[in-house]
Amino acid sequence: MLKHRKLGRGVALVGAGITKFGVYPREVRATDLFAESFLDMKKSVNKGLDDRDIEALYLGNYSSDLFEGEVHTAASVISRLGLAPRPAARIEDACASSGVAFREAVIAIASGVCDVVLAGGMEKMTNLTTSEVTRTLGLALDPVCEAPSGETFPGIFATIATAHMAKYGTTPEDLMRVAIKNHRNAALNPKAHFTVSIADIMKRKVASLAAKGVPPPSWKDEFDFLRDDSQNPVIAYPLRLFDCSTVCDGASCVLLAAEDIARNFTDEPLYVTGTGQASDDPVQERSEIASLRAVKEAAAQAYDMANIKATDVDIAEVHDCFTIAEIMAMENLGFYEPGRAVYALRDGETEIDGILPINTSGGLKAKGHPVGATGTAMVMELFKQMLGDAGARQVKYKDLAHGLMLNIGAHGTTAVVNILEKR
Amino acid sequence: MRVMAEVNEFNKVAGNKLYGAAFRQALKNGKLTVSRCLKCGALFLPPRPICPECHKCDMTITTVKGQGKLVAFTVITAAPPLMLEEGYGRDNPYCCGIVLLDEGVKVTARILGVDVRQPEKIKIGTPVTLEFQEIVRNGEKKTHLAFRVTNSPYAVQ
Repeated sequence: MLKHRKLGRGVALVGAGITKFGVYPREVRATDLFAESFLDMKKSVNKGLDDRDIEALYLGNYSSDLFEGEVHTAASVISRLGLAPRPAARIEDACASSGVAFREAVIAIASGVCDVVLAGGMEKMTNLTTSEVTRTLGLALDPVCEAPSGETFPGIFATIATAHMAKYGTTPEDLMRVAIKNHRNAALNPKAHFTVSIADIMKRKVASLAAKGVPPPSWKDEFDFLRDDSQNPVIAYPLRLFDCSTVCDGASCVLLAAEDIARNFTDEPLYVTGTGQASDDPVQERSEIASLRAVKEAAAQAYDMANIKATDVDIAEVHDCFTIAEIMAMENLGFYEPGRAVYALRDGETEIDGILPINTSGGLKAKGHPVGATGTAMVMELFKQMLGDAGARQVKYKDLAHGLMLNIGAHGTTAVVNILEKR
Repeated sequence: MRVMAEVNEFNKVAGNKLYGAAFRQALKNGKLTVSRCLKCGALFLPPRPICPECHKCDMTITTVKGQGKLVAFTVITAAPPLMLEEGYGRDNPYCCGIVLLDEGVKVTARILGVDVRQPEKIKIGTPVTLEFQEIVRNGEKKTHLAFRVTNSPYAVQ
């Protein structure tokens, strides 16, 4: 099935930028956020960028249609950046929109059609109520059986989680470990939505209750706190509030250039050596519920193109839209055998100082998940880490030669994997 | 004459039992349809016009007995507008899940007859039986695909 593919020519990552993720006022539009991320990206191009060198834009955006009442946003963005009449295309692949936009930009350069391409994504989600956001995200579910059953996005991942728990003995505490780790990492990322660890959230709650004269609760540790229904209510059993990524606003973008001109922009280009993308049927039509076939397929394509194995990956940003998704990503990307990822979590192997740091940015869980912005935000984190520019969350003990990002659309109906290499 | 011919073309598409419209119409009439590939024998729910196994277009419609077992589920408290309108939500959670039918195909549906207050007691592998849940709201009747847990110690009537 897998055909050996190579890029037509080398592609380099030469810049990356991001907005702070969080809740912006209603007046702020996604296009404004994108401009902000673009200005941040420009600062990262260490030999400077003449905007006129950019030849095209691929923009990931899930639903400005329903979130903001605006469509045709790629043209709107290129106009705001002062880059008309350059071509611009919007990619909608649910939560994988900008991961796929990145891949399309890579393909545009590899094909020889463009030399310098901007890829990015944006979403302004917080103008809607929680129930409206739930509905809008749920539109990416299967409309024939899933949606009429009352399934939601947390619901479908919760459904998958029960299958994973039944098959491998995964526990609610294993899910909590993902949230605890990613919140701890986000506390070190000033661009994250929640820059606070769960331990500190717990301490603040105790202090605020004490200030009101309420006797302090007797939470022993973070797990105890996360088991408390009053602090961490069930959203879709077995997933609780702290198992879910955050609804927020944000934008991110990256600059890609043909390998032979990459050093016009930077002395330290990173190279995009592998890219893979796959699709899948609704969950009910999959032979296996407790794993994502599209992730395995996209990863196999990317590893083959990059000529590396899963064990060669030094750092990864993976799609933890829900805590169970990070556990499945660790398995489906081939980092761990099915059912073994939870042992790595229990041993801290994927912490910043572990043998395979995962989601050092804080992940979708705590950095935030402004849907369309997520894929290129993952690339942004790899860019920072691999160039040694990640500040307090920098991975220090090992050289980061290979970085991988996995961006999933909906419940694994799309998956895209991109691999970066430092030479 | 030309107009009649066009209407017939449209009705042919709407009536094609391998397409979504006919599947939904059948559900309204209390029938769960699947398609079987006449070339390779594979079953599909919902019906498909093209077989993803052998890529032939030789499909026939068949029905299922409606017996199966629960293979994955959730109990949802943060409900979308569709379910809020039916009275579900934080104080009235609901169960949905994936059922493996005896015929070997799976389907996502509402799960009835379980104690949604104690989701940890809902067991994967529990036998379930097809049931069509009729919801009448503002004078409009809607039929939803559901399965009921019947012969389990945790079944709730």
